[in-house]
Amino acid sequence: MAVGKEIRTKIKSVQSTQKITRAMEMVAASKMRKAQERMRMARPYADKLRNVIGHLAYAHPEYKHPFLVARDTKRVGLIVVTSDRGLCGGLNTNLLKTTLYTLRDWSGQKVDVELCTIGSKGFNFLKRVGGHIVSHVSHLGDTPRVEQLIGTVKTMLDNYTAGKIDRLFIVYNRFINTMSQQPIVEQLLPLPPAQTDEAQKLQHHWDYIYEPDSKEVIDELLTRYIETLVYQSAVENLASEQSARMVAMKAASDNAGKLIDELKLRYNKARQAAITQEISEIVGGAAAV
Amino acid sequence: MAMTMHVDIVSAEQEIYSGTAEMLFAPLTTGQVGILPRHAPLIARMKPGEVRVRTATEEIDFYVSGGVLEVQPHVVTVLADTAARAKDLDEAKVKEAKQRAEEVLKNRQSEIDYAREIATLAEATAQLRAIQRLRNKTK
Repeated sequence: MAVGKEIRTKIKSVQSTQKITRAMEMVAASKMRKAQERMRMARPYADKLRNVIGHLAYAHPEYKHPFLVARDTKRVGLIVVTSDRGLCGGLNTNLLKTTLYTLRDWSGQKVDVELCTIGSKGFNFLKRVGGHIVSHVSHLGDTPRVEQLIGTVKTMLDNYTAGKIDRLFIVYNRFINTMSQQPIVEQLLPLPPAQTDEAQKLQHHWDYIYEPDSKEVIDELLTRYIETLVYQSAVENLASEQSARMVAMKAASDNAGKLIDELKLRYNKARQAAITQEISEIVGGAAAV
Repeated sequence: MAMTMHVDIVSAEQEIYSGTAEMLFAPLTTGQVGILPRHAPLIARMKPGEVRVRTATEEIDFYVSGGVLEVQPHVVTVLADTAARAKDLDEAKVKEAKQRAEEVLKNRQSEIDYAREIATLAEATAQLRAIQRLRNKTK
């Protein structure tokens, strides 16, 4: 019976699409769990660093590292963290929209922006809109390592130290929960000063012995700190990407299911109509004879 | 009972060790040090090598490729780098990142390679030492 051949092929193609989206959904779900785990694992290091740096700030009020001093803003740097691949809903779109608003904001104030992109989506987009990209890294994979980010971060830190940029920001997707991620802009440099309170001051009346010397150690710690912040953003963005993809793929699978149901209904109706017609033709034929 | 201190070894990617110890050995840029409980507060840079933690029952080795050691009387924190770090190597990475942005490869590749090889070598030697020590112990 030749009825509804087109509909049958259509159903087949939707089914195979559904298979793919379902597989992607499951892969994203397992990757998301791992990414969340990594987010959690990166935390102790940053906490420890923050403590030490906080203490140093108290112990050495006279030594002002350039990273801690605010300057007039003439040029700013922006690190944009995006994913490498698409198919993750509006994740990158929202992030890049936020980036564009930020860029427009600064250009309104006659401030030049230097960009640094992590992830190829942001790179391609910002290249197209004509952003001034000074450094780029992509294909971090599912397990980004601090090592991969050093170069891009240092480019920005060097520019900051050299006075080419006066503030440094990072844009990434904050992982709120599986269902929602939010693009946010955070200031990395100059580092916001730590809160002062009396109890903490009392705790910090002693000082470290420095090896080899205080300035060198503080420099290194601050650089590490910024790198860690960038690393954390990258990992958080990865977790956001995976969960966004999971949700997007789930929606796609559900939609495919609905579409298949609808098409099946149409197919069955067409088949039944054909049978009815055939019967009535036979009956009509028999009555005529 | 011997005096103990709390030891945390963390890297940017994960927490490596956390527990109490009687003594800790670390490779500083200025030389090897041993830290006992109630050591004066100290903050120091480390070079690639092994960090040894002596607990009441055993001695555990960790390989670090540099980082910072923070000592307080009863808490010792090792902020370990997992990556090989050296000044020229960092510079090389900067160059790479810039090149990627420009999509142009400059002909300074060979110098970068050299710096990378040196750092890899230093790291490999240190790793080898840690492994050898482990092997001797298990024998």
